[in-house]
Amino acid sequence: MPSKPKVPGPQVQSLQDTLEPRHFDCGLLRDAVEQAVQNACIRLPPDVERNLELGLKQEKSDLAKEILQQIIDNSQLARNEQIPLCQDTGLQVVYLNVGRSVHFLSDPYEAINEGIRRGYTKGHLRKSVVRHPIDRQNTGDNTPAVIHTRIVEGNKVQITLAPKGAGSENMSRLKMFSPSAGREDIAQYVIETVTQGGGKPCPPLIVGLGIGGNFENCAELAKEALLRPLNDNSPDPIAAEMEDDLLRRILECGVGPMGLGGRTSAIGVKVNVAPCHIASLPVAVNLQCHAARHASIIL
Amino acid sequence: MSSLSRLLHQTETAALQKPVSSSVHRETSSKLTVPNRLTVRLQAPVIQDIGGLAPGFVVLLSGTIYTARDAAHKKMIETLEQGEALPFDPQDQIIYYTGPTPTREGQTIGSAGPTSSYRMDPYTPALLELGLKGCIGKGERSPECMAAFAQFGAKYFLAIGGTGALISKCIRSSRVIAYEEMGTEAIRELQVEDMRLIVA
Repeated sequence: MPSKPKVPGPQVQSLQDTLEPRHFDCGLLRDAVEQAVQNACIRLPPDVERNLELGLKQEKSDLAKEILQQIIDNSQLARNEQIPLCQDTGLQVVYLNVGRSVHFLSDPYEAINEGIRRGYTKGHLRKSVVRHPIDRQNTGDNTPAVIHTRIVEGNKVQITLAPKGAGSENMSRLKMFSPSAGREDIAQYVIETVTQGGGKPCPPLIVGLGIGGNFENCAELAKEALLRPLNDNSPDPIAAEMEDDLLRRILECGVGPMGLGGRTSAIGVKVNVAPCHIASLPVAVNLQCHAARHASIIL
Repeated sequence: MSSLSRLLHQTETAALQKPVSSSVHRETSSKLTVPNRLTVRLQAPVIQDIGGLAPGFVVLLSGTIYTARDAAHKKMIETLEQGEALPFDPQDQIIYYTGPTPTREGQTIGSAGPTSSYRMDPYTPALLELGLKGCIGKGERSPECMAAFAQFGAKYFLAIGGTGALISKCIRSSRVIAYEEMGTEAIRELQVEDMRLIVA
């Protein structure tokens, strides 16, 4: 049976019980996804709710307070009445961690997409995916998902779902810096991303910053950073310092809830780093709106 | 203590003294934040002159409004270019930029919050020219588009992004009147009551 959806941890969870080969019925995966997409769209994770409330307590502007209060009221209403928090129920970003002793008996990608298809129909969630970026015909079932796969130890399967709205995704940016750039150049690029976005990405934001890797890898780092618990710090000391410095500066930048001024422009900054080429310094800033929805299940 | 909570304490004084750091934002905040916000009731279609509604005013909107977002706007403008009639006459009307989630049995509408307005900037001036009185969305718009609002005595209203569940509660009825094939992007006629908006 699928365990209850919960907030994913910062690290890939060890899926090791035993290395005994396991024949895995993909129907389990499909059914877990069907449930999880529905839960994720009506429930804000507790750490997000908690930080929104912290923001509200510290906010000075009346307008900002009113907006934060409505965001909190919205999340309670959504949970109590099972209404999606936001009409943009997102493109599903799926992290599939597969224990290396798992033998799938059918196509796990098709199982995930079938779970999404069923969940979005039964849960009355919005179908927001077009089949082609130019002709823009809606696929009608919110598939296909963007699926990232990783092979890990053990014989279990962990699936994390993060429905991502377009408002914040559209305001995200990537830049290939020269290694001569310093922390301050990166910090300014992040602050500029937040201030240029203004109200469009739906602040209070969670800011995911990926530094290092290569062109595509830094974007993946930034996106994965958004899944970390809000109140942790990176285990990397430089990244941890940057997280605190950036959050402090974003709180001072004045954008505020929905871009209408105030201090709660963000409720978290998460920096993930990776090794990179001697000639490169890739930086990606992935913005996440306050409806930071996700769910994780181990099967 | 969480990092957010710790930093909020540290920056309490600093934030009050420090001016906003970007010109993009400076313009926005001076336009939108007023110390004593006033609340006005507004009925749609809007027959009175609303040119005097100042930024930061809270508006409680009731009456009939129309939903349209990217695809419906594109099609409306193509329709106009072909010299044909729009699905509704924009004169005195208000357009709400939303694509709701599907309606559950027994409900009026699904989650129905605002989408980002800037994507409709290329289409909006042509509709304002036909007498459209207002649009509801979220986020900043282009200077050209805001100038067109001023020119035609119309207003851009802000709803709070990401609160689609809450906003759905002020929608009393909903029916698709055009472009049904667009699904969530179809044009809907909504009856709203005390929909809480901020003048941009």
